[in-house]
Amino acid sequence: MSIRTLSPYFFILPAVAIMFAGLVYPVLQAFYLSLFDWKIGTKFNDAPYVGVRHFVRMLTDDNVHESIWVTLRFGFWTITIEMFLGVSLALLLEKPIRGASVFRTIFILPLMISPVVVGLIWRYLFDARIGWINYYLGMIGVEPQVWLGDPELAFFAIVFTDIWQWTPFIFIIVIAGLQALPSEILEASKIDGANWWQHILFVKLPMIRSILLIALLLRLIDVFRALEVMYILTGGGPGRATELLSLHIYNRAFETQQLGYASAISVLLILIVFGLSFAILVAGNPMKEKSDI
Amino acid sequence: MTGRAIGGRHAVIAHYVALLVLAVITLMPIWVMVSTGFKNDVLVQQKEPVWFFFVPTLGNYEHIMTRGNFDGYLWNSIIVGSLSTLFTLVFGGFCAYALARKEFRGREFTANSTLLVRMVPPAVLAVPVFAMVVNFGLNNDLAVLTFFYTALNLPFAIWLLFGFFKQIPVELEEAAVIDGASPLQVYFRVLLPLMKSGYAVAGIFTFRIAWNEFILALLLTSRKTRTLPVGAAGFITDTGVEWGRIMAMGTLIVIPPLIFTFFAARQIIAGMTAGAVKG
Repeated sequence: MSIRTLSPYFFILPAVAIMFAGLVYPVLQAFYLSLFDWKIGTKFNDAPYVGVRHFVRMLTDDNVHESIWVTLRFGFWTITIEMFLGVSLALLLEKPIRGASVFRTIFILPLMISPVVVGLIWRYLFDARIGWINYYLGMIGVEPQVWLGDPELAFFAIVFTDIWQWTPFIFIIVIAGLQALPSEILEASKIDGANWWQHILFVKLPMIRSILLIALLLRLIDVFRALEVMYILTGGGPGRATELLSLHIYNRAFETQQLGYASAISVLLILIVFGLSFAILVAGNPMKEKSDI
Repeated sequence: MTGRAIGGRHAVIAHYVALLVLAVITLMPIWVMVSTGFKNDVLVQQKEPVWFFFVPTLGNYEHIMTRGNFDGYLWNSIIVGSLSTLFTLVFGGFCAYALARKEFRGREFTANSTLLVRMVPPAVLAVPVFAMVVNFGLNNDLAVLTFFYTALNLPFAIWLLFGFFKQIPVELEEAAVIDGASPLQVYFRVLLPLMKSGYAVAGIFTFRIAWNEFILALLLTSRKTRTLPVGAAGFITDTGVEWGRIMAMGTLIVIPPLIFTFFAARQIIAGMTAGAVKG
């Protein structure tokens, strides 16, 4: 082995080692911990081995099922609305105009600020007593609502917050995709006499379908990873009305102190997320091809 | 042509109006936070919203900076954020370079695994990380937090830097190799100077994640090692939320990401869209 053939391994070794110890090992550890009934405050060595009992329990655990259902509903509403709004706005506003960069700067702000801060802002706006939302709804005759204390309204609140935060992301990447389209094809379709709708439905959207697919998958994965905004905004309550799967795992582990059982639910979560990630790999890993990115 | 120009002007005005409305919707909640941080308790507790016209006070800022351990939180956040960014850029840069430029066995596997581990949900890490900390007695150590932030950030940084390396013409390296440069010399002397904007973008993303992260910080830190987001959440107590103070704290937390956004919006957007658009 010459130094030339070995050198790539020296280059990747530190990063691979850190990712292994910091990401892969904890995931494997989650699998292992899920086999034990370990509670906070006790020594792990004293925790009884329970085999797959946690997984069997999960099958009939209404709390887990409810949390999965909340996650799916949350994903359905947020992604549908974000994709619809983001893509429509991008199609309407794709034309490059002067000052567009200023607007784009503004639109990425919700993505740049801390999720904790996003949660705090909206918790204040949705506050039942001093929240601005109740005040302005009151002006048009709507009774003040306890937004974060009612299951349906709290669910609406987390969906609304997510839409505020993430629609700009879809908007921006779709615009980038539209502006990268080769102008010859767009011109050709116009000359062929396609009307505005046909032009969008049969030319533009199909040409950006891979962007739409990847954006959709990324958002879907994020729905399963999301935790911090809800932790601050509602804590998952009232009841389990806004307890997404990630938050459910966290609450299981550190509120009800069932570390082993929480690990078992983590295993389920990791399988879901990896399944979706494989879909992205199939849709196109930019690092797989040797052709330019 | 004239007809189109007139329609065009209306369209442009409508375009601006639409963008303006969207910008206001985006900014309004952020402004609510910033303004609330400068309000006294009476104004904060008042039901009728006050947007702009009030006498601003620094009372909330004075409170959070003098009581509690604000300096400590700030320092911890800066340390953890900068160190994890440094490590991510150095090691991520090496890795991205090898993936983009070298042919070796396991290249594709490494590339795919990197993309896969990028998606690991923080909630999945929570329990195992807690277990490691308890079992190995690693509690309250900023080094542990720095390590996990580096691990969390490496996949995305590698992915971004990979794209930047791909844009550099191979001929430059080949010329250097012919001149007898070693792989490390090629990397540091030839490529690094060309990678400045790539490192800037990757650095912004990394620092932002480390600066904003909450859930691992909550688990891994205690009174002395708390970071800013954990400190901010501490203003939510059983007796209620001190809105003025928490919003002042939120405003301070938002300042670095805000600065990055204003100075490097173009690059950030390029980073966000790189995967989706070019992939």
